[in-house]
Amino acid sequence: MSALVAEAVSKNFGGVQALSNVSFAVEQGERHLIIGPNGAGKTTMFNMLSGAFPVSSGRVTLFGQDITNIPANARARLGLARTFQITNLFPRLTATENIVLALQAQSKSAFSMFSRMRGDKDLFARAGALLDEWGLSEIADKAAREISYGQQRQVDLILAMASNPKVLLLDEPMAGLSAAEVVRAVGMVHSLPKDMTVLMIEHDMDVAFDLADRITVMHQGGVIAEGTTDEIRNHPKVTEIYLGAD
Amino acid sequence: MTGTSYSRWIGLAFAAGLFVLLVLPKILAPYYLGLAVKMMIFALFAMSLDLLIGFTGMASLGHAAYFGLSAYATGLLALKLGWNVWLALPAGLIMSGLAAVLFGLLALRTRGSYFLMITLALSQLMWGIAFGWRSLTGGDDGLPSVPRPDLGIGISMADGANFYYFVLLIAAIATFLMVRIVSSPFGYALRGIRESETRMLALGYNVWLYKFAIFIIAALFAGLAGILYVYYNRFVSPDYIHVARSAEVLLMVILGGAGTLIGPAFGAALIVFFENLISAYTERWVMLMGFVYLIVALFAPNGIAGLIRDYRKKRASS
Repeated sequence: MSALVAEAVSKNFGGVQALSNVSFAVEQGERHLIIGPNGAGKTTMFNMLSGAFPVSSGRVTLFGQDITNIPANARARLGLARTFQITNLFPRLTATENIVLALQAQSKSAFSMFSRMRGDKDLFARAGALLDEWGLSEIADKAAREISYGQQRQVDLILAMASNPKVLLLDEPMAGLSAAEVVRAVGMVHSLPKDMTVLMIEHDMDVAFDLADRITVMHQGGVIAEGTTDEIRNHPKVTEIYLGAD
Repeated sequence: MTGTSYSRWIGLAFAAGLFVLLVLPKILAPYYLGLAVKMMIFALFAMSLDLLIGFTGMASLGHAAYFGLSAYATGLLALKLGWNVWLALPAGLIMSGLAAVLFGLLALRTRGSYFLMITLALSQLMWGIAFGWRSLTGGDDGLPSVPRPDLGIGISMADGANFYYFVLLIAAIATFLMVRIVSSPFGYALRGIRESETRMLALGYNVWLYKFAIFIIAALFAGLAGILYVYYNRFVSPDYIHVARSAEVLLMVILGGAGTLIGPAFGAALIVFFENLISAYTERWVMLMGFVYLIVALFAPNGIAGLIRDYRKKRASS
């Protein structure tokens, strides 16, 4: 069974057709990349999949379950996590608190009003361990708005991974990073559990071809090609979009 | 460690503050003791609004609705049906809670300045009812001679010191509950919502439910303040609900420093004190409040608590 399937998903914003009949399937454990020029509708597609906006028509299923009409937070609880193209953290909270909120999100105690958050030593220890694991322990007590952009992108990724999701949507996690930071971030994606399904938007072709099992190419709100890295590398339409027609 | 000495310092200040509050009736003249009661009531009111503004990022300009509705409910029941405090106080709270459920369902469909506008509109609607329904509320004249609470255990609340302790006890319990709420997992989730709703949704939080819950909780604490105020004043009028009061409590929160609880409590005490002081000399108190607001917005956008925090940071880094 496919992990995540989009069936003929369309989206209009008023008169603007942002997506038309986008279909693709992501298999479990696959590293599936979405590439395409600016304005192709990649992030809009992510918003449809994660439930940030409703679809205009079409269907989205997660492990066979129709999730088209359920809200974003319920999709997250079914194991669908995402990062954001524009860094979306809790700016005035510390890096540790950011991660604690992510870890707590799906626990039963998340709505508890009378236990002390700080009393949950285990939760804070787990957040600290995650920061350690990614070499970020020195920023643990810094507010998210005070750390470097590269570190923010990494924390963004940790937030999405913290709940151990079944399907992870990564929206250009490498954008704006320095060459050295890209290497680290690629390493982070490589080190994700093999059974975790990853759907990722990426602009950098080298990064995309390095990570991908399968690639979907979007252009002007539609899918123009899908296949393995080799198939996409030599696809005439893809070359045309990226290099221009002769 | 500066952290430990700081928390010890806080603990000491807290103990000293509590001691002062406990002995205040022995030192203050009745008039000033009454003023202290008013300060505590508005501190409670301002802290309740801080739950929304400071912790959840929901700026309400209609918080006086819950303050006033419970005051009317308790005042009317005490006055017309002779209910004692054990019945009238919970009834007042229920009134505020129900109003918050209803208004929350409407207002939570919006955010930002639209939320501000709709909370303002809903509270002014309540003001209109209080003003217009003369047969029940006395209209503009309000409801005079609401009795002081009768606990039924032989302690007379006509005595200023006794009433002071009554308000102190309730305000202390309410403050304790609010502190617990903001330090709980629920309270941290509220901060997360303040910082980024979209991220909270993506993490799996039912953001709407958290906002609905805190909207009702904040209304209940505001309602509690309103009930204490009607017992204190022995009077309730449409002014309790008016937008001017919502704006005043908003200013208390901003002056003190939103998102700190203690800041808005101090902001409330300061404004009550100065209002009292200045009203003796001029009628133009509201204009002065405007100046206060201007100065805070220009020089201390994070309020007094923010100024102190910045000062500590500067000292720590130098």
